[in-house]
Amino acid sequence: MNKPFNVLWLQSGGCGGCSMSLLCAESPDLISTFELANINLLWHPSFSEASGVEFVDLLQSIINGDTQLDALCLEGSAMRGPDGTGRFHMLSGTDKSMMHWLQDLSQHARYTLAMGSCAAFGGITAAGNNPGDACGLQFEGTHPGGILGAEYLSTAGLPVINVAGCPTHPNWITETLMMLADGQFSSDDIDQYQRPRMYADHLVHHGCPKNEFYEFKASAEKPSDLGCLMENMGCLGTQAHADCNTRLWNGDGSCLRGGYACINCTAPEFEEPGHAFSKTPKIAGIPIGLPTDMPKAWFVALASLSKAATPKRLRENAVSDHVVVSPSTRSRSTEKK
Amino acid sequence: MTKRIVGPFNRVEGDLEVHLDIEDDHVKSARVNSPLFRGFEQILQGKDPMDALVYAPRICGICSVSQSVAAAYALAKAQGVTMPENGELATNLILANENIADHFTHFYLFFMPDFAREVYAQESWYESVTKRFKAVTGTASKDALPARTEFLHIMGILAGKWPHSLAIQPGGTTRAIEAQERVRIAAILAQFRRYLETTLFGDQLETIIALKDNDQLKAWANEAPAETSDFRLFLHIADSLDLDKLGRSVDSFMSYGVYSRDGSQLFNRGLWKDGIHALNIEDITEDLSHSWMSGNDEPQHPYTGITMPDINIVEAYSWCKAPRLDGQVVEVGALARQQVNGHPLIRALVEESGGNVRNRVIARLLEIALVLVEMENWCRHLKPKEIFCNHAVMPEVTQGYGLVEAARGSLGHWLTVKQERINNYQIIAPTTWNFSPRDSNGIPGALEQALVNAPVRNGEKDPVSVQHIVRSFDPCMVCTVH
Repeated sequence: MNKPFNVLWLQSGGCGGCSMSLLCAESPDLISTFELANINLLWHPSFSEASGVEFVDLLQSIINGDTQLDALCLEGSAMRGPDGTGRFHMLSGTDKSMMHWLQDLSQHARYTLAMGSCAAFGGITAAGNNPGDACGLQFEGTHPGGILGAEYLSTAGLPVINVAGCPTHPNWITETLMMLADGQFSSDDIDQYQRPRMYADHLVHHGCPKNEFYEFKASAEKPSDLGCLMENMGCLGTQAHADCNTRLWNGDGSCLRGGYACINCTAPEFEEPGHAFSKTPKIAGIPIGLPTDMPKAWFVALASLSKAATPKRLRENAVSDHVVVSPSTRSRSTEKK
Repeated sequence: MTKRIVGPFNRVEGDLEVHLDIEDDHVKSARVNSPLFRGFEQILQGKDPMDALVYAPRICGICSVSQSVAAAYALAKAQGVTMPENGELATNLILANENIADHFTHFYLFFMPDFAREVYAQESWYESVTKRFKAVTGTASKDALPARTEFLHIMGILAGKWPHSLAIQPGGTTRAIEAQERVRIAAILAQFRRYLETTLFGDQLETIIALKDNDQLKAWANEAPAETSDFRLFLHIADSLDLDKLGRSVDSFMSYGVYSRDGSQLFNRGLWKDGIHALNIEDITEDLSHSWMSGNDEPQHPYTGITMPDINIVEAYSWCKAPRLDGQVVEVGALARQQVNGHPLIRALVEESGGNVRNRVIARLLEIALVLVEMENWCRHLKPKEIFCNHAVMPEVTQGYGLVEAARGSLGHWLTVKQERINNYQIIAPTTWNFSPRDSNGIPGALEQALVNAPVRNGEKDPVSVQHIVRSFDPCMVCTVH
């Protein structure tokens, strides 16, 4: 057997939701996935037995070079406050801030990964007045930098890999780790914000169950309506980089399948959209945000055309919580007429 | 007397550090520190009130739905809207799905692996516990994790995803399900029941629910070998290690009550203190005397409380505030919920031995059985052709509070709105109660009291008894300070 791929998972200024999501990995389940891909969890806050002193000894042995660290994973934002001290998150039992631990450990990691949008860009923890002075490992919102700096490369020569999402999908994590363990992941596999392209080259719009409503601009007006959520309800699915509606969550789910708007949670600064999350900002009745790669004039022209052509079925179903008008069925006898 | 700092703790949600004063072979006093501050209450200031539905669940990835429900209830009060029957049922199902999954995760992943530690190598049960519960390699992680994952498929149907759903609204839920989805949910519940009955309990849920006192519990445990069920194995360990004598706290128990339907709650609201009392939520205050927080000199009700971090407070040792009920420390969680609601087995166990490590775990497992049966009932009552969500507008000036029971206990949100914006938002989470620091009278919090007299074995750096006591509360540290 080859040497195992050693993974260390740390948490800082986040909610632990990416770990909870990770536990839902499927086909195969999480423990089997790691076993079969020869991935060895050196330590994870939710699974490992080691606590306290044993854990701190492990961190020290990585820094001393006695334990190989293949993947350093951070979940949650790096906390720089107050006043750059990092004291908003001291690693328990060490009298040293997590920010400083991360800066030290990252020098010994073959790959460094940000698990979720907090660790990647700052995320929700950096919202509002950013009380914790939170940022990502290598980004502060859309700006390169973070606590490791824009120039940082892990020992294998890659920048931080941002498995962004709030939370991140369990299989975005497992597939990224499996590709790394297999030596099948290079700098060509990440996008401008260093997200794995295997999911970031898709849009949430792809496979959206509301696509027919979108085509005819038959829009929802209130929560639980079936219609497209873009015009009124703040949905950013046509701009959001992720495969949520083709990969699906917790079995058959996704935000759109759950009847609520995509808030573009894989993007830097999603936490401050500049408007209420569930209300689409408009100018002269036209939504400000356009679908990705769509020329504005075309969008406006097509939208008004398709709105004029909206069938009754879509117009009525769009503002209902159940299908009230079924698609018509063409029988052979009616076709002959 | 020796001083020791224990931490970081894993298999708790978030970061925790405990400072112990140890005398001879036991803990003399403890100080609990929540070492992470993020500042959600400041983040929420000035936002559109409905944005709380996006921010609040992200306080915590393990109590995400509970945070959503507390926010939705607070917004509902502020708007004056109520949920239709389907909305209440769907909200209960989503919340129960999370709460039961959390109890389940706690037992299999967080709590039991401590008994597979080397320190217990001489115990008669060590081999079977190690085989079943050893962290990562034990057989339990191979079957319990997939069972949990399948169970959480209910989220995919009713809530889009978990954690961090926007499906729960003040007036109901965004996802009106159809008849075929209702039967899918029923099938998922039946499959999870099968796991519980064959593996966790090794008996019918109704048999567990019907246990009335310690004698019946013991008789049930002795009906079959410990290895036939994970619950029996736990009871066997609890007996051999006297876990009913470990981690006793204040024996005052609070519950906000939970799972609303048609004006009543499945588990009632109340306070247990030498008997059952009505709970007056106006008596809740937060004390800042030992927190790195500046602002109010006097303890404040959450409607008027503020959150202003200040690292220079001399007396402080935690980011956590100290919530008190009428100035008193209370314990919250599944044990408190079932004690307040009056389940006969829990009342009998508390009568005998109070709140302790064993009883907290028993209450959690009992609640898995109780709530799963109720989920089956709620699912049967969903009416696919009827509405799931009512609608209302937010007044310019208003206020509201939302109280719910998360898996780990009482969670409250207090919201005031001015000029259509959030003017103040204060959150008191379950572990804020349980892991509170001292108050201005010097009274330690519930865990701090539970740790007093915990035994310390010769040469132990991270005393295993402290590990058990801490984890028996199922702490969620990210909620605690938020």
